[in-house]
Amino acid sequence: MDALIRPAIEHPVQEINTTTDTRDYLAKSRQDAERKGYADWLIVDVDAHHVETVSWPEVTSFIEDPVVRDQAKMYHSERVGAPPYGLNGDLGLRYQDVGGRIPHQSSQREKVTETDVHRDVVLTRRAMHGLGVDYMVIFPTPMLFLGMHPQTEMEVFLSRAYNRWLTEKVLPGDPGMVTLVVLPFNTPVEALKMVEEFADTPGVIGYCVTSTRYKPVHANEYMNLYRAIEETGKPIAFHAGYHWQDPSLATCNTFLGMHSLGFAWCNIVHMTNWILNGIPERFPNLKSLWVESGLSWVPFLMQRLDDQYLMRQSEAPLLKRMPSEYMSDNCFYTCQPMEKSNMKALECTFDMINAKSNLLYASDWPHFDFDTPSVIYDIPFLDEQAKRNILGLNAANLFGLNKNGPK
Amino acid sequence: METFNVGKIEEFEDKSKKVVTIGDEEVGVFRLGKEFFAWRNICPHQGGPICQGRIFSLVLENIDEKMESHGRIYDNNKVNIVCPWHGLEFDIRTGEHPGNPSISLDPVSVQVDGDAVYLLIEGNT
Repeated sequence: MDALIRPAIEHPVQEINTTTDTRDYLAKSRQDAERKGYADWLIVDVDAHHVETVSWPEVTSFIEDPVVRDQAKMYHSERVGAPPYGLNGDLGLRYQDVGGRIPHQSSQREKVTETDVHRDVVLTRRAMHGLGVDYMVIFPTPMLFLGMHPQTEMEVFLSRAYNRWLTEKVLPGDPGMVTLVVLPFNTPVEALKMVEEFADTPGVIGYCVTSTRYKPVHANEYMNLYRAIEETGKPIAFHAGYHWQDPSLATCNTFLGMHSLGFAWCNIVHMTNWILNGIPERFPNLKSLWVESGLSWVPFLMQRLDDQYLMRQSEAPLLKRMPSEYMSDNCFYTCQPMEKSNMKALECTFDMINAKSNLLYASDWPHFDFDTPSVIYDIPFLDEQAKRNILGLNAANLFGLNKNGPK
Repeated sequence: METFNVGKIEEFEDKSKKVVTIGDEEVGVFRLGKEFFAWRNICPHQGGPICQGRIFSLVLENIDEKMESHGRIYDNNKVNIVCPWHGLEFDIRTGEHPGNPSISLDPVSVQVDGDAVYLLIEGNT
């Protein structure tokens, strides 16, 4: 052996687990941003999550109905080992970490010593630093299933409580944290009230419909809601999800299969109804954003709807253009999870959805299929301006964010 | 080529690893039986810290002669390192993804001499 032997230095983080600090977890993403030079770019992460159930007793203390609020309080003080009050989380939530292979999906038990802001602010700041993000749009996690709750009033109670808790207790902690107000979409009158109530609330940059639900988006009862959202100038987002007990998805025996289909399927259905019923014609200034379904479903649906529309125009008389034109001109998309095993298909998709102006970066952190900004930066067919647009400027335009970052 | 001492053999249990830093490089050194393997700590998927992940045996589908499935089992002779970012698995011996061998880890030369384990790295500082 050579006489000149030096000792290797042991890495301070030998194995990443559920207690690993988010900054250590994402250290390579941060290094990537600095090495490649996009750490100083405006980057807006349009879809990241916190686990609201960690703070569920706090959230449910904001329930306005006094009886339900007391029930939640008693439940959390006396029941042991039971799921959070009022939630109907899906079976699939138990499989997301692939049996312990992806620790940050399991839980974030890292040490938080800061006491000047909420724990979720601290965790979000750490993720923003790791990903090199200036603005992060915060979504809940188990609440994404509320559209399937058998008690429609529970969606109203919990979404209002969550929106109030988030905007009063969490978002004020950091100007880079923003949100899309969760709408109780199964109760249109209450969803309309929510839009009006939070229209001018700091940190609210749009409205969110959790897509896992069976309500048709073109129902007449939603027209007042869409008009009100259009008047705010803020977008409506359809955040995808899955529902393993959906009869067709119940045939899938793996989370892999169910999740692959489920996160696209709900938005395929809603987009089909959105376009064929002429919502973009009825509300031409209403901007819709389609979140967390990836992108590969969009070219499929464009071609499919165009093909069928030409033969059956009388069933969609409000349309003045091809369905695909509405999907490329009137709709915005988030990129995550970026399906990129076929780069030619991805390039075609970017072209079809007008990605340079209508595609927005999203990480979905801390979920198992999160994307770092490098998924956009490393795309070989994009020029620098397109990368800057997708990583931040398109979102700044859509949401009216400061292009110099939060103040 | 520069040589770096990673530690004594006895510091490594079977199916264990040590992640080390050498200049700007991070390398994972793995022991399987009497053999040692070393891979750069960069996942080819999205650049995640692959070697800082957990170690799992390869999972197989338990198919009988009639092609009927009886669930999944571990193959404890094939051991994978799993990327903590997204769960991609790589065979510690070959560095290859079990479902797509064209996706593989970047190897580092590792050598056992006497009772110690060494890394041989080209062009390091």
